[in-house]
Amino acid sequence: MSLLSFYARHTGEALGLLGQHLLLVSISTAVAVAIGVPVGILLTRRPAWRGPVLGIANVFQTIPSLALFGILIPLPFIGGIGARTAIVALIVYALLPIIRNTYTGIAGVDPAVREAGRGMGMTDGELLRRVEVPLAASVILAGIRVATVIGVGVATIAAAVGAGGLGVYIFRGVATVDDTLILAGALPAALLALAADMLFGVLERRVAWR
Amino acid sequence: MTTRPVLEVQGLNYVLPGPENRVLVRDVSFTVGPGETVVLLGRSGSGKTTTLKLINRLLEPTAGTVLVAGRPARDMDPTILRRGIGYVIQEVGLFPHYTVARNVGLVPDLLGWPAERIGPRVEELLRLVSLDPVHADRRPHELSGGQRQRVGVARALAADPPLLLLDEPFGALDPITRSELQREFGALQRRLGKAMVFVTHDVREALRLGTRIGLMREGRLVFLGTPEEFQRSEDPECRAFQEAAA
Repeated sequence: MSLLSFYARHTGEALGLLGQHLLLVSISTAVAVAIGVPVGILLTRRPAWRGPVLGIANVFQTIPSLALFGILIPLPFIGGIGARTAIVALIVYALLPIIRNTYTGIAGVDPAVREAGRGMGMTDGELLRRVEVPLAASVILAGIRVATVIGVGVATIAAAVGAGGLGVYIFRGVATVDDTLILAGALPAALLALAADMLFGVLERRVAWR
Repeated sequence: MTTRPVLEVQGLNYVLPGPENRVLVRDVSFTVGPGETVVLLGRSGSGKTTTLKLINRLLEPTAGTVLVAGRPARDMDPTILRRGIGYVIQEVGLFPHYTVARNVGLVPDLLGWPAERIGPRVEELLRLVSLDPVHADRRPHELSGGQRQRVGVARALAADPPLLLLDEPFGALDPITRSELQREFGALQRRLGKAMVFVTHDVREALRLGTRIGLMREGRLVFLGTPEEFQRSEDPECRAFQEAAA
C-alpha cells in the first residue's frame, strides 16, 4: 500500500494526529520559553547560580527520551498516561537550549554597551528591555529554534504514553512491521521539523540587529 | 570663585572590594566650575577612569563626598543622577541596534520627553557636532570612527546636562581625526560653558583641552593646576609626561 493511498483513506485521522503533534510541541515550547527565558536572564544577574542550573538542565537533557516518559508515568500530578506527561517531558527537553542561549546571548552583549547604558541612567529593567534582550534576540531565538526542532522529534515518542501525535503511526507501524505506517508518521514529523527550523531561521534574521 | 562649582569632589577614596583591599583612588579632591574642563591625566591604572565612575556612581566611593550642583550624589537615585550628567566613553558605547537618532535621543526618551520634542533636539545636536542630519537614520556601524564619536558627544549633550564626564572619548581615533575632533570640541566647550571632567593619557590633548590639568599617579592626584602651571611644574610625574610628549 502506498503512502499516498494510505493518507487518502485516513485523511481525517492523519490530520488529527498532525494537529495533536503540533499542539504538543507548541504548548511545551511556549511553556519552556516562558520559564527558560526568565531563568536565563536571572542567571546573568546571579552568576553563582549558573553552574547548578545549567548542570541540572544538562542532566535532564541526557536522559533518553523514552526513559524520561517512563520515569514520569508513575509520578503524581505531572505524570500518568496522556498528553500532560508528554508535555512535561517536552518542556524538560526544551529548557536547556532556551536557558543556555538566553544566558549566552545576554552575557555576550558588549560590556561597554552595557556600561554606557548604565552611565546614561538606564535602570536595570530598561537596560534589559531596550538593550540586552534586543541585542541577544537572535541568539535567544536560535535556542528556541533548536528546542522546537528537538521537540518535534521527541514528540513522536509521546505516543508511547498515550499522548497521541504522529508517533501513533510510527509505534503502530513498528508493532505490525508495516513500513508504510512508520513512514506515514515519520515523514510528516521530519517535514514539520524542517518547517519549524526554516520558520525560526527567518525570524532569527528578522530580529538580528545588523 | 564667584559661581558655585558644578562638581565638588572631596576626599574621594575607592578600595576595590576583595581580600587584597587594593586602593584604586586615594584622597582625591577637586572642583569644576561652569565652563571649566578639568582633564584627569595619568598612566593606565592611575585611577582616572575609576574617579570618573565614582562621580556618576557606576562605582560607589569607599569614602569621600561628591557634590553635583551642591547636592550630595550619595543621596540621589543613581539613575536620576546619571540622567543629569553627560557621559561619553570610547566609540563602542553606542547602541549598535539603535539608529543615530535613537542613540542621541536616548536620555531625553528616558526622561520622558514627548517624541515631537526629541526629534528637533536630535537634529539640533547633530548640527552642533557637525554631523549631517542624513546620518540620523543610520546605524553606528555604518559610520566612521570620527562620526561615531560625534554621535557619542551629541548623545551626552542631549538633555543639556550642566556636567559632562568624558572617558578618553577620542582614544580610538586616528591622529588626524583626533586632532580635528579636539579642535571642534574646544570650540564646543567655549560655546556651551559646561563643566567637564575629561580623562586622557595623552598629555597634548590635556594641554589643548584642559582649563586645568589634574595629574594622577597610583590613585592620588599629585598635581592640579592650569596647563601653564603644569608645564612649569617640577613634579617628577609632570616632568615624565612632558618629556614623553616632547
